[in-house]
Amino acid sequence: MKKRSLMCLILALSLLVCACAAPVEEGEERDSNYLYVYNYGTYIDPDVIDMFEEETGLTVVYDVFDTNEEMYPVISSGSVKYDVVCASEYTVEKLWKNGYLSEINLDNVPNFKYVNDICRQFAEQFDPGNKYSVPYNWGTVGILYNSRMIEEGEITKWSDLWKEEYFDEIMMMDSLRDIYVAPLCMLGYSINTTSEAEMREATDLLIKQKELVYSYKTDAIRDFLLNESAAIGQIYSGEALYCQEDDEDMVYVVPEEGSNIWFDCWVIPKNAQSQKNAELWIDFMLRPEIGFMTYEYVGYSTPNSATEEMIKEEYPEEIDNQALFPDQELVDNCEIFHFLGADVDRMYNNFWKELKAY
Amino acid sequence: MNKRSFTAPYIIWIIGGTLIPLAMMFYYGLTDESGTWTLQNILAIFEPGNLRALWKSLLYSAACTVVCLLLSYPIALILRNVKRAKGVIVFIFLLPMWVNFLLRTMAWQVLLEKGGVINGILSWIGLPKARLINTPGAIIMGMVYDFLPFMLLPINNVLSKVPNSLTEAAYDLGASKAQVITKVLLPLSVPGIVSGITMVFVPALTTFVISNMLGGGKILLIGNIIEQEFTVGDNWNLGAGLSIVMMIFILVSMAFIAKFDKKGEGLA
Repeated sequence: MKKRSLMCLILALSLLVCACAAPVEEGEERDSNYLYVYNYGTYIDPDVIDMFEEETGLTVVYDVFDTNEEMYPVISSGSVKYDVVCASEYTVEKLWKNGYLSEINLDNVPNFKYVNDICRQFAEQFDPGNKYSVPYNWGTVGILYNSRMIEEGEITKWSDLWKEEYFDEIMMMDSLRDIYVAPLCMLGYSINTTSEAEMREATDLLIKQKELVYSYKTDAIRDFLLNESAAIGQIYSGEALYCQEDDEDMVYVVPEEGSNIWFDCWVIPKNAQSQKNAELWIDFMLRPEIGFMTYEYVGYSTPNSATEEMIKEEYPEEIDNQALFPDQELVDNCEIFHFLGADVDRMYNNFWKELKAY
Repeated sequence: MNKRSFTAPYIIWIIGGTLIPLAMMFYYGLTDESGTWTLQNILAIFEPGNLRALWKSLLYSAACTVVCLLLSYPIALILRNVKRAKGVIVFIFLLPMWVNFLLRTMAWQVLLEKGGVINGILSWIGLPKARLINTPGAIIMGMVYDFLPFMLLPINNVLSKVPNSLTEAAYDLGASKAQVITKVLLPLSVPGIVSGITMVFVPALTTFVISNMLGGGKILLIGNIIEQEFTVGDNWNLGAGLSIVMMIFILVSMAFIAKFDKKGEGLA
């Protein structure tokens, strides 16, 4: 009796599966009608998503995260299957070295031809040949200050963020690797140091600074600077451009001691449901006009050489803006983040915890 | 259908919502990344950073509990004597609880911010701006605001059940007002006080949202440490291990309730 009902159940289930599978075969060759995108918060023009949906007929399911550190466990645990994810270069490196990424077939991404030289040059350091990643935005980490509250030209280097006159006016990033850029560059160490002694020194510097800091935030820093809750803050170049648009008195500097240059890239996780849809998305994002929309909305430097020309044409006053088109010598002074291995990650994390708990 | 089958939803709920997560927490907490058994995640509580966060949590939640108690007890005493509109007064205290507590905490952010409402008023009347947010005081303030009803309700429950004849008898026998409070009402309200204390202390001890929002990322409580181990630190084993340590505190509090509030009066 029991056996028979089990058989019935199996039969019913397999019928159901066939029924569900049928319409897919009839339509276009497509693994899924959905595209699951995992991106930073406020990092895309919503119109771009609508345009993509309209053109491809796919439904985009869009989720956001705040930091790479928050996104990584979601991808590595495989608990949610995303088709395409936006990751910073050091996380790209960590993801592909640990085998969580699928290779991107660049034949399906013809617009890759637009990717500019700086992006290709630095890609060699974290993803040789762009096998696993395609750049989306890039920029530097620097300091933004309000020239109504601090005289213009006063701020040129990281160590200015340790001046006591700026008590309660300083915002620092609440993001592990980013916040350590400041003390490590000040000390003249690599931002990819694996030395515990160097990290000790850097942590001590940050602990010393903590009393002066107003708060540690990530995306919110720009809002605090704009509403004058703080006068000076560590910031991504793109966020700085956003602030300058709202308030012309905001001044961005890339500190003399050097800084971090970063690349946010699209990657395809190994457990993606549809590699094809993901590649459609990546190619779409590399179209010059979509790159321009992204620039207008997000305001970061674009990896797209055709988009660069469009920006220079549309906004000739931005050509000299170091936050947007930094000089080659400035870029050469910068360093990208590398994936440093689980043990070093843990060491960083322990130091960071010590700083935060202090 | 026998009666027992009605318990099925409850049993499924308990298994899925309590037993399985607990078992997973203990598994993660007692193993390392390779899956071998270890106690190091539990002992990690003694690392300086974690210990400091635990100490801060204990300190802040103790302060919050004391403030809640000092605010609630007099109110409960007053409520006991209110004849009319008592329901309305209790209702007013409960009203804020209908708003999601994240929103209420965000409201405090707006009030305490450097360019916020309170500082706006201060500078309007010509006083210098004060550093309000991102301080221990702001966090304790937020905790008190969020958890006050959990202290008031059990005390109010117990106190309003004390028959008037008892206090009248005490007055008849010559007791002063103060004596009635300290010798009659206070001893009788101990169960309510104890359950109020635990219901405030335990959630305050483990909060991480309030400290995140009102501490500006500068003040790390043990709840933040655990949260960060799961998110930023990507070390679920350590996070689970520290959660087990926190469970010990919660179990101690429950034992505390069981000792003083045998009939469960305060929880009614």
